[in-house]
Order: sequence, then structure tokens, then C-alpha cells
Amino acid sequence: MPNNPAGTMTPRRPAGTLYRGREGMWSWVLHRITGVAIFFFLLVHVLDTAMVRVAPGAYNAVIDTYKNPIMGLGETALVAAIVFHAFNGIRIILIDLWSKGAKYQRVMFWIVIGLWVVTMLGFAPRHLINVFSEVGH
Amino acid sequence: MTLVADAPASGPAPEAPIEAFTVTLIIRRFDPDVDDEPRWQDFDVQMFATDRILDALHKIKWEQDGSLTFRRSCAHGICGSDAMRINGRNRLACKTLIKDLDITKPIYVEAIKGLPLEKDLIVDMDPFFESFREVQPFLQSNTAPPKDKERIQSVADRARFDDTTKCILCAACTSSCPVFWTDGQYFGPAAIVNAHRFIFDSRDEAAQTRLDILNDKEGVWRCRTTFNCTDACPRGIQVTQAIAEVKQAIMRGKP
Ligand code: HEM
Ligand code: SF4
Ligand code: FES
Repeated sequence: MPNNPAGTMTPRRPAGTLYRGREGMWSWVLHRITGVAIFFFLLVHVLDTAMVRVAPGAYNAVIDTYKNPIMGLGETALVAAIVFHAFNGIRIILIDLWSKGAKYQRVMFWIVIGLWVVTMLGFAPRHLINVFSEVGH
Repeated sequence: MTLVADAPASGPAPEAPIEAFTVTLIIRRFDPDVDDEPRWQDFDVQMFATDRILDALHKIKWEQDGSLTFRRSCAHGICGSDAMRINGRNRLACKTLIKDLDITKPIYVEAIKGLPLEKDLIVDMDPFFESFREVQPFLQSNTAPPKDKERIQSVADRARFDDTTKCILCAACTSSCPVFWTDGQYFGPAAIVNAHRFIFDSRDEAAQTRLDILNDKEGVWRCRTTFNCTDACPRGIQVTQAIAEVKQAIMRGKP
């Protein structure tokens, strides 16, 4: 890497380096990604659920297309996103409103991750067993 | 321990040579007269573990390339001139020791983000100071102090805003904030820190004015609590905590 004689030009991307934020920054990045993802899911979900009133047949057809492994994996990802967003949302509320929230934000971040892991361990295996036992039916 | 020096009378014993290291700095350079966009340039410098990044920049400027441009004044962490991004994090070059960095890899040095780049490591600080001025960072009181006396303040009242008195306006916090990078109109952490300094000062009477200013759409509510500012502050100010206190004061309607 060192380039001799000193001062030699090396072509590199002109953009700056990625800012190396810590837990706080990455939790915010995840919070925004999951927030936007949930928003788009809800949009679709409101539409498909609305069909139950307009055209029950079409509703059943759409719901049937959800019963495949790809969708099942998607549902797992969705639940993962919602669970993170909800737990971290509580962390953010505590940072803003609890007088010691800012002090314990890093601890709370790891608690969020811990709760997320526990919740997903409870949910994902059951859900995936359901999804994949449906395969071929 | 004995106070009697047992060194030979023939002058001081030869000191063990202090070990020097070759450190590679990769600096993001930009000369508005010739460059269309910034470019990275490598420099090798001989450094001691106790040297700072500022010393490396001096060595480069004085011995290798006089065109390297950066700001510094005090060189001791008090004037706030030399905030820059070192290995991806905002720090003061004069407070960043070589021994605290991994010198087996090159050290990346670039200007702080979110303010207009002028040359090499120098950015235009005007928008930053403009936000600072907007929060009225000076004591305001309509009542005269007691005759022939200063305005008395209890120790507890003074302690209330002690943390935010330490700011040196280096902009490390504001230029570490992802919200500020994309929305230059946001007041930014430093302005809020300096508003906090007076909002919670028992001698000041314009807290409500400042709370109204920061209740703006570009005010405290832009804060997404990423804590980059708190991590970056070279004075160790609990910046996000101060912002949260201002948020709460606005919701309460009083400091
Ligand atoms: C399920 C539907 C939800 C959707 C579509 C959603 C969406 C979003 C979006 C897009 C943001 C903006 C993120 C940003 O600007 O950085 C956000 C922020 C937020 N969400 Fe949610 N969210 C949902 C559920 C929740 C839940 C269940 C909680 C808490 C229990 C929550 C708490 C928060 C909080 C506190 C913020 C503010 C984050 C910040 O200041 O950056 N949200 N949400
Ligand atoms: S709060 Fe800290 S990081 Fe921000 S300008 Fe003041 S001294 Fe610099
Ligand atoms: S040169 Fe004054 S703070 Fe670094």
C-alpha cells in the first residue's frame, strides 16, 4: 500500500470514506430501512385485504399465492423487520423521554438485539416448519 | 528511591533512541483551481508514537508538499480549528495520537462532511456559524444585577448547564450527523448545545425565545438520535443528552 516516493498519485474513488458511526448510527440505519420496508408491506397488505369486500374470489386467489416458500421466507423477514423496529422504537422513545435514556442507549441497543434474537428464535422455526410442510399441498 | 543521582559525573547517560515509525497518510485533496473532484494522495512520514496527526500534517506541509492546506491555531485542542475525518471518524488532528491508531494500515484523512469543501481539509464554516448565531448564544436579561454585584448563581444552578459550556465550536458534531449531511438547513448539534448552554442558565431570561427557535421544523425534532455527535465531540460533551433535554423543555413549555 505505501507508495514511494511519497506523494505519488494513486487513483482512488474521489468520494469520501464511509463514516464509521457506532451502535447509534447503525441502529438508526436499520430503523429507517425497516420502517420503510414495513410501510411498503402495509400498503400492499391494505390493498389485498380490501379485496375481501370487493371481490372475495380474487382475495382467496391472492392469499393462495402467498402460500409458497418464497412468500414464507418473505414473511419471516417482515416479522424480523417489525420486531426490530418495534423494540428499537421503544429504545428511541426512552432516549428522548427518559432522563437516563441517552446514557444507556448503547446497553439498550444490545438489549434490543437480544430481545430480537429471542423473539425470532420463538417465531422463525415454527413459522418455517408451517411454511415448508405446506409445500406440495 | 534515592535522591542522589548516581549517574557518572561525565554528563548524562546516553538516552535510548526513541523508536520512529513510517506512517502512511492518505489525504483527500482538492484544489478548486485545478481539480474537478477531490482525489486521494499518499504521504509517508516518520512519526513517533507520541506525535499527533497534526504533527504529521505539519511534516508533510513543511517537508514534502507546501500546498497541503488545513486549519490549525492552538494545536492544543482548544481553538476548534482542526476538526477533520480521521479513519472515518471526526476528531481534532491535534488530539489524535499516532499510538492510538493502527499504523500497520494507512491512515485516511479527509475534510469534515456536510459543509462546502473549499480546499484540501478546509470547509466553509459560514453555514455552521450562521446556525450558531441564530440560537442567540449570549446571556439575555431584562433585570439589572444586584447593585454593585454580579448575578449570583447557586452551585447547583451552575452545574445544570456545565457540560455544554465546554464547547469549542469545532463542528465535529454537526458534521458527523447523517441528518445534517442531507439537510444543511438543520440547526445541527453544535447550535443546540450552545442554545442549551443558555436555556438552562438561571440568570438568562430568553429561554423561551430559544425554545421557539428550536421548535422549528429544522430544529431539535430533526435529531434522529444516531449519537454520532456524542461520539465525535472532542470535549466529551454529552451532545445527544443535551438535545434530548431541549426536546423535553420544548414539550414541557419551560426549561
Ligand atoms: C408497523 C408499522 C410501522 C411503520 C410503517 C413504521 C415506519 C416508520 C418510519 C418510516 C420511520 C422513519 C424513520 C426515520 O425517519 O428515521 C419510523 C420511525 C419511528 N418508528 Fe416506526 N413504524 C412502524 C411501527 C412502529 C412501532 C410498532 C413502533 C414502536 C413501538 C415505532 C416507533 C418508531 C419511532 C420511535 C420512530 C422515530 C425514529 C427516529 O426518530 O428516527 N414504529 N417508523
Ligand atoms: S459540541 Fe463538541 S463536537 Fe460539537 S462543536 Fe462543540 S466541542 Fe465541537
Ligand atoms: S488546533 Fe486548536 S483545536 Fe486543534
